Amino acid sequence: MTQIYAYIPFKNGSAEDVALEYPAAAKKIDAAAMLTAVVTGSGAELDSVATEMSKIYEQVIKVDNQALAYPNAEVVRKALVNIIPKDAILLVAHTTFGMDIAPGLSVKMDAAYAADIVDFEGIEGTRLKMVRQELGGAVSTHVTADISAGAVITIRPGAFAPVDGGAANGTITDKSADAGDLASTRKFLEVVEAEVGDVDITKSDVLVSIGRGIEEQENIELAQELATAMNAVVSCSRPIVDAKWLEKSRQVGTSGQTVKPKVYMAMGISGSFQHLGGLKGNPFIVAVNKNPKAPIFQVADVGIVTDILEFMPELTEAISSL
Amino acid sequence: MEILVCVKRVPDTAENEFELNGAGNDLDRDDLVYSVNEWDNYAVEEAIQMVDKMGGSVTVVTVGDDESEEILRREMAMGANNGVLLSDDAFEGSDGKGIATILKAEIEKGSYDLILTGAQADEGAGQVGGMVAAMLDYPYASLVNKIDVMDDKKIKVGREIEGGNQEMNEISLPCVLSIQTGINEPRYVGIRGIRKVSSVEIPVKSASDLGLDAASVGSAGAKTRRVDYFVPDMGEGAEMLEGSTEEIIAKLIEKLKAKGGL
Ligand SMILES: Cc1cc2nc3c(=O)[nH]c(=O)nc-3n(C[C@H](O)[C@H](O)[C@H](O)COP(=O)(O)OP(=O)(O)OC[C@H]3O[C@@H](n4cnc5c(N)ncnc54)[C@H](O)[C@@H]3O)c2cc1C
Ligand SMILES: Cc1cc2nc3c(=O)[nH]c(=O)nc-3n(C[C@H](O)[C@H](O)[C@H](O)COP(=O)(O)OP(=O)(O)OC[C@H]3O[C@@H](n4cnc5c(N)ncnc54)[C@H](O)[C@@H]3O)c2cc1C
Repeated sequence: MTQIYAYIPFKNGSAEDVALEYPAAAKKIDAAAMLTAVVTGSGAELDSVATEMSKIYEQVIKVDNQALAYPNAEVVRKALVNIIPKDAILLVAHTTFGMDIAPGLSVKMDAAYAADIVDFEGIEGTRLKMVRQELGGAVSTHVTADISAGAVITIRPGAFAPVDGGAANGTITDKSADAGDLASTRKFLEVVEAEVGDVDITKSDVLVSIGRGIEEQENIELAQELATAMNAVVSCSRPIVDAKWLEKSRQVGTSGQTVKPKVYMAMGISGSFQHLGGLKGNPFIVAVNKNPKAPIFQVADVGIVTDILEFMPELTEAISSL
Repeated sequence: MEILVCVKRVPDTAENEFELNGAGNDLDRDDLVYSVNEWDNYAVEEAIQMVDKMGGSVTVVTVGDDESEEILRREMAMGANNGVLLSDDAFEGSDGKGIATILKAEIEKGSYDLILTGAQADEGAGQVGGMVAAMLDYPYASLVNKIDVMDDKKIKVGREIEGGNQEMNEISLPCVLSIQTGINEPRYVGIRGIRKVSSVEIPVKSASDLGLDAASVGSAGAKTRRVDYFVPDMGEGAEMLEGSTEEIIAKLIEKLKAKGGL
């Protein structure tokens, strides 16, 4: 029987949303698989997450060790190598923690590796068929992996429909004694919180958001003028912040702000999942992009194929004269 | 400090509209424009800045074919001192682990204090750096957006985590780091810079030069395999507004009014 383990990330004593998404993913791999949640950490916080998980999963493994109090990927990896059976499939969320731990773990487990999976299409013989994206979401691919010696797979948060938790009455097994030597040459020091900027984009109902399509720093003015006309605020995608054209606090996405506007104007933004990950609350999305194949058009409500540098001033003028 | 930076030649997402080929199972690669993976430019810039401060040298390496030489030259025009191309028909069909195995063999031939990769490349996996580290038993940190050298045995690195927060770690050398965009501002490379390095010899190493068993790399060693490319059916997608600019703007304003945008 296929054995699937799901690594549960948590913060401040409660599991992240992906904990409810793993069961749906596991079912698509093999509906008959045995699914086990794995929680590592320390003390009361760990216990409360393990208890929470026993209401979703029939089997829960907890690993309690002071060295696991903060999820330092190098330390957690050492513990998991000793705890996950060699021929099992381990699911990890494709987050900054998942990206940190999973590739090396697959090497140490001598298992197949697949990253950022958005769908599973079942097992045929020894091969598992999966769907992932490349080139910033511009194309999808089917990949297969030989899982006969196990697999480590990261799944994209939000890609699998969450199950209803609460019904299970799972068993919690304490495997702390099996964790082994957790000494590491990478030491966690502290988390430095992101700086707060002069504008709070999370407070605005309407965002005029610019991406690499703005092309030059001077052109940001065009977006600012449109935003002023719409009584909106300018936000942006990551490359604009990397180029130091706007403050980090204006960045929408998984490594930036999570926003819940009513209307989101995506101007010259391709629509990568890290960008869209910061967009919540089902806003009305208007996408303007000169590439008709840009992935943003798959999630937008309204799309316009044109050059934003020409379009924005015309829209500003039309709105101003209303 | 001796620094090795791994770089990959990738289709440029800003310059291409991706289409499937006639058979519908691969990209139409005929007219694709290629460049250096965006993340790798930040890794090379960081390495150059470190060596400018502390001395040492920067070597750039790629696993690829003849055409990959151009990206090594580009990074050498930025200021990397040496380039190495790892190329062999036996590498064809390599998965991420295959690529990591090839890079590991080259790393073991040198003596590097620090190995840098990009946080991810065109395939969006972000796998090679962590794999190389595990194979070498070096410590690893991904998504690094700050490096402070403490002494010749230890560095302090910041990892960019969710919400743009920064996770600080102390890590021993030698180690492998994957570099996140925004850590620096990569310098511009002009045609003249590239011309300057156009005649520099770039060694090409094969599987046997690296002492690699052909069964451990290429399709023979690959547990994962890409079957095909496809365009997913995402349902309806956006309602596309068409017509003259005035017509489009009129329709858009109606919608924005209805949805609370105006
Ligand atoms: C761990 C991690 C975290 C990340 N976090 C974030 C995050 O929080 N937020 C974020 O945004 N990204 C994030 N990224 C980066 C993300 O992967 C993408 O690289 C990024 O979102 C791309 O930004 P973009 O859409 O502006 O640029 P591109 O992908 O380059 O897209 C530019 C678009 O503009 C269009 N265009 C160009 N010129 C014009 C024009 N004149 N008129 C109209 N259209 C034009 C192009 O067709 C293209 O679709 C993260 C990446 C990683 C690895
Ligand atoms: C010669 C060759 C043949 C291939 N054949 C196939 C095939 O038949 N089928 C198939 O599906 N795939 C094939 N690939 C793709 C291969 O599987 C990917 O290169 C591998 O998975 C890593 O790419 P990635 O985008 O996942 O890298 P990521 O892990 O996302 O990249 C992160 C970082 O790793 C480093 N890196 C990645 N790739 C390289 C590289 N090639 N050289 C140096 N550094 C690198 C870079 O620093 C990069 O920023 C081939 C690749 C090569 C080079």
